[in-house]
Amino acid sequence: MRPAFSVVFLTTLIGAAQGLFLALFAAEFLGSVPRELLVRASIAVVVLAAGGLVASFFHLGRPERAWRSAAMWRTSWLSREVIALPAFMALAAAYGWARAHDASGAVLLGIGASVACLALFFCTAMIYASIRFLQEWASPLTAANFVLMGCASGLTLAAGLAALFAPALSPAYAAWAVAATLLAFAVRMASLARNARLVPRSTTRSAIGARSAPVQQKSRGFTGGSFNTHEFFHGVGAGGMRTVRALFVLLAFIVPAVMLAAARGSQAMIVAAFIVQYAGLVAERWYFLADARHPQNLYYQSVA
Amino acid sequence: MTQLALVIDLDVCVGCHACVTSCKEWNTSGDAGALADLMPYGKDPSGTFFNRVQTFEVGHYPDTQTVHFPKSCLHCEDPPCVPVCPTGASYKRAEDGIVLVDYDKCIGCKYCAWACPYGARELDAKQKVMKKCTLCVDRIHDRALAERDRKPACVLACPTNARLFGDVHDPESEVSRAIRERDGYALMPEWGTRPANHYLPKREAPCDPPSPSSSSPR
Repeated sequence: MRPAFSVVFLTTLIGAAQGLFLALFAAEFLGSVPRELLVRASIAVVVLAAGGLVASFFHLGRPERAWRSAAMWRTSWLSREVIALPAFMALAAAYGWARAHDASGAVLLGIGASVACLALFFCTAMIYASIRFLQEWASPLTAANFVLMGCASGLTLAAGLAALFAPALSPAYAAWAVAATLLAFAVRMASLARNARLVPRSTTRSAIGARSAPVQQKSRGFTGGSFNTHEFFHGVGAGGMRTVRALFVLLAFIVPAVMLAAARGSQAMIVAAFIVQYAGLVAERWYFLADARHPQNLYYQSVA
Repeated sequence: MTQLALVIDLDVCVGCHACVTSCKEWNTSGDAGALADLMPYGKDPSGTFFNRVQTFEVGHYPDTQTVHFPKSCLHCEDPPCVPVCPTGASYKRAEDGIVLVDYDKCIGCKYCAWACPYGARELDAKQKVMKKCTLCVDRIHDRALAERDRKPACVLACPTNARLFGDVHDPESEVSRAIRERDGYALMPEWGTRPANHYLPKREAPCDPPSPSSSSPR
């Protein structure tokens, strides 16, 4: 597949927002978070999620009709995501406001936002995992990856914000961020290993239903371009894919884990770790999208 | 319940692309607006087509067969493109089983195209909505046309009669009989989409070409 940057930014930005919210609410649940950090982090959650929402509009051919997209929530994971994202944003914002103003019911709002947050993680992942013939995506590992990478980047950001606004909490957040990053790394490696062993169920033979083999395409029927040749081929060779993979393994997981472990409360180091990790997760999400081999490509193997 | 479909006879398709051009002509001229063509006479032309004819070679040289393979939306009985649509723009008609897109509801998110293993859907580069074969829904039910003309444009254009059109749920229809008698099959059965369109395989050649071992020395 050709990765759409709108989708890359949507999923990485809301993932960080969701992870940050869970980091904040978990700390609130365990103890108390200073008001300064609580307000700033709540604003960051809403801003990141809103950034993802804005990015998603760039994916649409007719963004002015986006309001229609919640209609088919009974069958479409995309529709469900469209409902879960604003619900999460609204509940997370309400929670932050209620805590900042010591309003009653803040805990209930926090629990509601957590439920919306987890639902959003699941809806986003199922958009990909539910397409059974995109075998690279059709795995529970897809959902695990979305949750863990979101939590890792959210905890790293929480460590950064804590370093700036509530230094006492920063080491704990940094330790949790290292743990989440390493766990996310392990699960992502598992999904890479799984995908490397995948055997495509569809072949050129099943694509045209030939009785005998081998089957070789001689012409796709046209020499120009089409949606089929643009949307489903990323055009990056095996070497380029290996480079992106190496890049995200380093930037999303290894480098930020080392930076966080070595930060010892250094604000600049922790903030830099988040920036590096976010860049790495952008590369990771690009790779995740590109990695899926669409069966329709079997019909477009030879120009003429 | 009616399920309209095409049955394509690969034994007689000669790969002339008449179905491709007649499809484009009819569907670019309808009320729904033109099918986009970008740079049609430029260096890198691209555009929306509902139907293509591709060519494959089957077998080991020199025992090979050339298969001309027309490809369009298969109007699956369990279409994976429909439930994923967030707006309900993609739907399967109950009355005749045609899978259609409501161009006024489509937001152009492309999720249905991802969810079609056959690559049957194309985003129109100008209207920015998803399009695909409609089985010429705007002519097959048109009572203003003579009955013989109430068929998809590709079927009427085919010079070798390789394209049959009818109700595959009616066991006595021409298409159902062809599927039964000629061992008609569906594409990529591994995904359980149950395409309504079927293909008829090539028949055994009436006289076998000499096998490589017994043929004269090269």
